[in-house]
Amino acid sequence: MSDPRIGILALQGDVREHARALVAAGARPVEVRREAELDEVDGLVLPGGESTTIGRLLRVFGLLEPLRAKVAAGLPVFGSCAGMILLARDVVDGRPDQPLIGGLDMVVRRNAFGRQVDSFEADLDVVGVPGPPVHAVFIRAPWVDKAGDAVEVLARVAEAPVAVRQGPLLATAFHPELTGDFRVHRLFVDIVRSSPSVADRR
Amino acid sequence: MSEAQTASTSGQAAGSARQAGTAGVKRGMAEMLKGGVIMDVVTAEQARIAEDAGAVAVMALERVPADIRAQGGVARMSDPDMISEIIEAVSIPVMAKARIGHFVEAQVLQALGVDYVDESEVLTPADPHHHIDKRSFTVPFVCGATNLGEALRRIAEGAAMIRSKGEAGTGEVSNAVVHMRTIRADIGRLSALPAEELYAAAKELRAPVELVEEVARLGRLPVVLFTAGGIATPADAALMMQLGADGVFVGSGIFKSGDPARRARAIVEATTMYNDPDLLVKVSRGLGEAMVGINVTELPATARYADRGW
Repeated sequence: MSDPRIGILALQGDVREHARALVAAGARPVEVRREAELDEVDGLVLPGGESTTIGRLLRVFGLLEPLRAKVAAGLPVFGSCAGMILLARDVVDGRPDQPLIGGLDMVVRRNAFGRQVDSFEADLDVVGVPGPPVHAVFIRAPWVDKAGDAVEVLARVAEAPVAVRQGPLLATAFHPELTGDFRVHRLFVDIVRSSPSVADRR
Repeated sequence: MSEAQTASTSGQAAGSARQAGTAGVKRGMAEMLKGGVIMDVVTAEQARIAEDAGAVAVMALERVPADIRAQGGVARMSDPDMISEIIEAVSIPVMAKARIGHFVEAQVLQALGVDYVDESEVLTPADPHHHIDKRSFTVPFVCGATNLGEALRRIAEGAAMIRSKGEAGTGEVSNAVVHMRTIRADIGRLSALPAEELYAAAKELRAPVELVEEVARLGRLPVVLFTAGGIATPADAALMMQLGADGVFVGSGIFKSGDPARRARAIVEATTMYNDPDLLVKVSRGLGEAMVGINVTELPATARYADRGW
C-alpha cells in the first residue's frame, strides 16, 4: 500500500503541526474543509484548537452529519485535545449547544486541568507506543470523566484517562504534534493502514 | 472497564513532575488559536456574543481602542472585577492587556487567571525604554510588532505570540497590511542570506543572532503571528489571512458596528474560508453598518499607537 492519504480538519487549530507529524509518520496529509474532500481520505485528524469554534464551524459548513456518517462507517480518526472533545459522546463544562461528532463511548471534561496558567508538560507511558515515555504537552486540556467498556485507556495522569482508543478511533488530551516525537502519529498511521482504504471502501 | 484496568498498570504518568509555564505550553497555546478570531470585549454580554459567534478567545478591556482614541486620557489595565466577570461568562480563553513595561499589571492579570497577557501599545506605555521580562511569568504574552526586528526583540524577552500592530481603533486596514508585509519581507530576505551574513543582519535587526538564525532556517517566526489593528470587515480578515497571518484580532471593528453578532460570525467564517471568494460574498451580505473609522493618514504622529514599543 502506498502512503495513506490522511485528512486534517482545517477549520481552525494547529493544522500545520499535525501535517508535519503525519509526513514524518509516513502519511500524505491533506487539508479538509469541505464535504467532498472527506470522501478522498483514508483517515482523518481532528487537530488541537478551540472545540466550541470548530464545532460551530462544522455545523455552519455542513460537515457535522457527513463526519458522523464517516465515523459510523469506520473511518479511522485521531483527535488531540479539542479533537478528543469532538469525538466524545458528551462533554462536561462545555457550552450547552456545543456540537460533537461522537464515536468514542466516553464523557470528557473540558479544560479539566484548569486554565492556561495550569497547562503543563509531563512524561507519560502510553500503551501501544514502544520505547521511552512520551513527552506530553497539555494545554487547557480535557480528561476523560467516564469511558464505556469498549474504550481502551492508553495513558493516565493521576487517575484520569488522557489517551484512549476504541477500534479505529484514537484520542489524546495532549498534543503529540507539538513535540517532534511522532510515535503517536505512527500508531495512528498503523491504524489507518490496517483499515480498508478509500479505494477498498468504494 | 476491564481493558482500562489492565491498561492502568502500564499507562501511568512516568513519575516526572508536571512542568507549568514552559515555553512549550506558552507557544503551544498560541498554536491552538491559529485560524481563529480573537475579539475585544468590554462586558460579559459582549464576551458571550463573541463566544456564540465562534471566537477562539476574547480580549477583556475597559474601552475598545476607538473609544480610547475618542475619549483620550491614560489607558490602563482593566478593572479586575470586569475581567473576572468575563472569565466567569465564557468557557473560551480570556486575554487582557497590560501597559508596555508595566510588569505589576501583568502580575495582577496572571493572578486573576487570564490565559494570555497582551503587552499592548494601545494602552499608555508605563516604561519608555523597557518591555516586561516575560520569561519570568507562567502566563504567556502576546506583543505587537511592525517589523521583524521588533518581533524578535519581543520574542527574546519571552513573548510566545506576535501580532502585527496595524493602527488600532481606526477601522482602517492599511497599517496592518504594511506591518504584515514588512515582517514577511524581512523574513524572506533573511532566508536568502548566506550563514555568515546573519551576524550583520542580527545587528541591523537589533535582535539575538540565535533567533535570526532560527527565522532564516524556518522561513517564519518561531512563534505564531496574528494580525491586528484596523480589521473591520470579513474581507479585511481574509485579506490578512491571504497575506500570511495565522489568525486575526478584531478590536473595535465588531462592537462599533451596526450588528455585532452577525459581523462577528461573518468574520469568523471569512477567517476560516479566506481563500474562497464565493463564501466571502455570502458572509459579506447584509452586515449593516461597519464602524465609521478614521483614515490613518489623517492621524497626527502623537496619535499613532504603532510607534509605541522599542
